[in-house]
Amino acid sequence: MKPHLTPQQLEEFGNEMDALRQRVLADLGEDDAAYIREVVRRQQQLEVLGRALFYLPPAWPLAVAALSASKILENMEIGHNVMHGQYDWMGDPHLSSRVYEWDNVCPSEQWKYSHNYIHHTFTNILGKDRDIGYGILRMDEDQEWHPYYLGNPVYALLLMVFFEWGVAMHDLEVENIVKGTRRLEENKALHAGIMRKVRRQAVKDYVLFPALTGPLFPLTLAGNAAANLVRNVWAFNIIFCGHFPAGAETFSTEECEDETRGHWYYRQVLGSANISGGPLFHVMSGNLSHQIEHHLFPDLPARRYPQIAPEVREICERYGIAYTTGPLRRQLASVARKICRLALPARASTQPDEPVAVRRPQAA
Amino acid sequence: MALVSRITRSRTAAALASPHGVDHYLSRINPMWAAHEVRARVVGVRRETDTPGAPVATLTLQPTATWRGHRAGQYVQVGLDLPGSARRMTRCFSISSPASGAGEEITLTIRSHADGQVSKYLVDAQPGQVLHLSQAQGDFTLPVSPATPGIDPLLFITGGSGITPAMSMLRTLLRDGYDGRAGRPVTFLHHARSAADQIYADELARIAADDNDVTVHLRHGDAVFNELELRRLVPGHRDTDTWACGPAGMIDLVRAAYADSPRLRLELFKPPSTGTDTAEGDLVFSGSGEQVTNSGASILEQAEAAGLSPVFGCRMGICFSCTTRKAEGTVRNVLSGTESSVPDEDIQICVSAPVGDCVVDL
Repeated sequence: MKPHLTPQQLEEFGNEMDALRQRVLADLGEDDAAYIREVVRRQQQLEVLGRALFYLPPAWPLAVAALSASKILENMEIGHNVMHGQYDWMGDPHLSSRVYEWDNVCPSEQWKYSHNYIHHTFTNILGKDRDIGYGILRMDEDQEWHPYYLGNPVYALLLMVFFEWGVAMHDLEVENIVKGTRRLEENKALHAGIMRKVRRQAVKDYVLFPALTGPLFPLTLAGNAAANLVRNVWAFNIIFCGHFPAGAETFSTEECEDETRGHWYYRQVLGSANISGGPLFHVMSGNLSHQIEHHLFPDLPARRYPQIAPEVREICERYGIAYTTGPLRRQLASVARKICRLALPARASTQPDEPVAVRRPQAA
Repeated sequence: MALVSRITRSRTAAALASPHGVDHYLSRINPMWAAHEVRARVVGVRRETDTPGAPVATLTLQPTATWRGHRAGQYVQVGLDLPGSARRMTRCFSISSPASGAGEEITLTIRSHADGQVSKYLVDAQPGQVLHLSQAQGDFTLPVSPATPGIDPLLFITGGSGITPAMSMLRTLLRDGYDGRAGRPVTFLHHARSAADQIYADELARIAADDNDVTVHLRHGDAVFNELELRRLVPGHRDTDTWACGPAGMIDLVRAAYADSPRLRLELFKPPSTGTDTAEGDLVFSGSGEQVTNSGASILEQAEAAGLSPVFGCRMGICFSCTTRKAEGTVRNVLSGTESSVPDEDIQICVSAPVGDCVVDL
């Protein structure tokens, strides 16, 4: 969508965002380091607890719960954020974006390219941001309808269940190979990386840890699979609520040519949506519940997002830029409706499924 | 022990401990347990000199069993989590003790610099503290073993703290049975700012007095080793295997005295770079050997202009695709305007511009 602000207003908006970023950068220090180390410690405790509880068959549900929580924390608050370079300034090799390899079948190296670069640079630009529908779903009216999309809700369900596999396959751009815009040979190097990572993850969760519990092998294997499933479902839902509920906008390539910094910030706000909730919810979502703040400042430590959110919101309101947020159940319902509605071709008059207040900028 | 270390270093252990790694768990139990990383406990601290503002101390370090040993003349990267600071500082120091074997103690001799947070902290280190170490690195080494000595004389020329790698070599020779009967004279030349600044004064006096065919010449104050003096002290110095290490000014004199002689091996101290806003100095791409005059543009742009093709993504500082190791020099983040002079740090080359001389691994 085209900005409703003048170039001058966009520039002022960008300057305010830059100033906010500078203030946080200047303030980074011990608290941020202590926080991420504490999260890692808690995550390791949960993991050790979960793995240990598999030796007590009656505690199986508890074991799955602890391991699921550990995997969620690791993927979201630790892995995702560390790989964004949020903690590179600490100089700790263990928390460095260059070396961290997360607990996910998608190799870090490939994920950093498709996520940090492609998705975060071209956020919600149709045809460029491959996170829109992951190349599987129709998530925007401007994606041309095809009978294939009748299966939209089913594909979404499958993507949710097998989310980490979807993320790993994401980089192969299978849909572009089907379309003929990408050659199969281009995937050769990626295949090797994915297979290496898949083997590592599968050996760990489906061979080694189950084997260590001896006769309980099948129970442990099922428990590990369940934990991976819980993590997949959670991650999918948090991530889909971040960009696709009503209110989140998409953009065309033409609109974003020669984009200014202010315009870039503007697009990041409009292309993202927050989820409201309590502190524990924010931690478990890797603070991606503050998707707007994350997209404005992807390299700031995520624990800062809740702190700066009121100010970001205030600035957006002053410029009349919609700041989309809502509780999880509402955002989830909104996303689910969109997935179902877009399975069908556009109706003659497309109504947004919720009234969106259009705010105009104040007179300059 | 061998079995434990084989287990902790196995791929199985790595898979079980992923994504954090075996070392992360081991160090939580005992900071001196490691499967891959090297850490070291400070077991002794000895003051060498007490010059106000620049005291020197020798730290004796007991490394973890993962330490693979070092050759005389090599250096090690020391990583330090300063109390009250979230940033881990990493600095390089030459090892001053004789060549070590796996897991053996080493010593570092460190001069405290007024604005050097790490060196200041280390000179006052307390026994028991644990430091992060790299394995030994560097080619400024003594290639021949005293067990099979050559017949060529050896010459060491050092200044200030540059004495440490040469001292490691000299101590290695003497420890391993080198003596005058080898028929291979060793000359040890060292320049210190003053007698009070002389590191290892007693030990050097003892070595000089012993009958071992080692000649020691110490100079203090303005009396630096120039070509004239070198020629007088070591006739035919250009044809003598020489190791020189010290501050830039001294190295310039030595270089001039040797013309292009291949017998001279140099190790330079990293010169402190000064931050200015104007583009000056040279940008060196150490991986490719290219060097350009700093134009003030981002390192990525300057690398591309020099014909290199570094990996990049967003070109706006958000995606970290272009993160590259900066070996030395100062860079300015063009987004925040902040300057950073930390050696061996990872920088985003798309939003970093060199300030003065700069070396990046491209």
